[in-house]
Amino acid sequence: MALETIDAAAKRGVLALQDYALLSARAVSDLFRRPFYRSDIYMQADIIGVGSLPIVILTGFFLGGVLALQSAATLTQFGAAAFTGQLVSFSMIKEIGPVVTALMVSGRNASGMASELGSMMVTEQIDAMRALGTDPLKKLVMPRIVATVVMLFFLVIISDAVGISGGGFVSVFMLGQDSSQYFHTSYQSLEYPDVLQGLVKPIFFGFIIATIGCFYGMRTRGGTQGVGRSTTQAVVWSSILIIVCDFMISRFMIGIFGR
Amino acid sequence: MNDAGNGTGGNGATPTSAPAAGAEPVVVFEDVSIGFEQKPVLENISFQVHTGEMRILLGPAGVGKSVLLKLVNGLLRPDSGRIFVFGKEITAMREADLFELRGSIGTVFQEGALFDSLNVRDNVGYRLIEERLPDDEIDARAEEALRFVELDHTLDKFPSELSGGMRRRVAIARAIVTNPKLILYDSPTGGLDPITSTTIIQLVMKQRDVSHTSSLVVTHRIQDAFILAMHRFNRTTNQMEALPAHHTDPNTTFLMLHQGHLVFDGTTKELVHSNDAFIKEYIS
Repeated sequence: MALETIDAAAKRGVLALQDYALLSARAVSDLFRRPFYRSDIYMQADIIGVGSLPIVILTGFFLGGVLALQSAATLTQFGAAAFTGQLVSFSMIKEIGPVVTALMVSGRNASGMASELGSMMVTEQIDAMRALGTDPLKKLVMPRIVATVVMLFFLVIISDAVGISGGGFVSVFMLGQDSSQYFHTSYQSLEYPDVLQGLVKPIFFGFIIATIGCFYGMRTRGGTQGVGRSTTQAVVWSSILIIVCDFMISRFMIGIFGR
Repeated sequence: MNDAGNGTGGNGATPTSAPAAGAEPVVVFEDVSIGFEQKPVLENISFQVHTGEMRILLGPAGVGKSVLLKLVNGLLRPDSGRIFVFGKEITAMREADLFELRGSIGTVFQEGALFDSLNVRDNVGYRLIEERLPDDEIDARAEEALRFVELDHTLDKFPSELSGGMRRRVAIARAIVTNPKLILYDSPTGGLDPITSTTIIQLVMKQRDVSHTSSLVVTHRIQDAFILAMHRFNRTTNQMEALPAHHTDPNTTFLMLHQGHLVFDGTTKELVHSNDAFIKEYIS
């Protein structure tokens, strides 16, 4: 009995993974097939990118600030408070900026995608779309993937900049550090591999957010309860995958560039 | 009761519809079976729909009527058997090719399934927008389709602003806007009050008698089925009217599902005079 349960669960897991891979592959290949839904991409970019801007700016600023607060307290013990800027910029650009921005966007948009597509599934709107001769993967999934990947890339850059500014604000106005020293150490210590690492991550994270959100949306069953379940699963799994993917990219980049 | 059709159907699952003379079937089911999670839903279903014919699919709720309809336009694929639509075997077609074929099939879903983020004009003209037709043409054709369902004043409204009956009528307009050769109606009157149901049935009848489009109508409401079989649409009065006593529409025939099997395939007369205990109970 227990073996049967494990067997069934394993089969369900493998099947879900296969469905996810197929959905992602088909949606990506739809990029190169006509018709190309340009206006849908712009609309999604507005919803995902511009719509997420306030939360990304707010969280970025206060994260940078709290990083400066915490690191300065420790660095002062070693007489190295002057390196606060370096620590904040390193952390923001390589790790915190991409990961926290992705988690914020995931919470806002993976859930949004799962609930929107899930509602369309349970009200037969997706079937209606297919019956009207439109491929829902092309019309609904592909634009969301493109928009999320592109907009998350820019959101992370904004988050990094705002986070470093937030750290600067705290360092200068609350900790009494010199502003030119803070910003000087911030950018002087950065090297291209650091920036590259920070810019590669949002591309993968954006892909994860959009594909997971759409995947759970498109496999929604069971009315409004099913929509709720899909929304929760989308946020949980995209968050987990973002953190796992972050570790793998970091390890890979450190392996290549040595930092 | 006279049946002007030439149907020879009766009890059993043999494909014995009432074809128009010399016409090639629009839909052919050959021993089609489908199940979900190892539970059979439809087993060895065989029937045909001919050009200009209306086939009314009856059966209790949950018997698989909507599943059968989704098999016709390829939204679901059977586990076994073959399905031909317009002479093409859709069971052997790729999804990408099915999208093109579906352009010739209009579908009216159970609850309408209108896109709630689009207004009525964009819902009705959805396929035309996808085909990138000029805006003027989309406006004109959407308005024409809405005029058919007498809702041409709702162009700018959103589905949430419409009543259940109006949503169904918009769904019919969306299904007919491209003049499809086959229309699938999935419980078009389900959940509606009797007066609104009659309005919808009248529209279904109007499409049958004015455009002579082949159709497959799923319903579990026997009264709707008999209205369709015993009335015709009068273009002059723009109303439906009863056929002379003991006459039924020759192009309207019946299919009945029970426990996953096709238990009836034949004319109105054969349905009424069936000796099958289930059918007798169902239509009584």
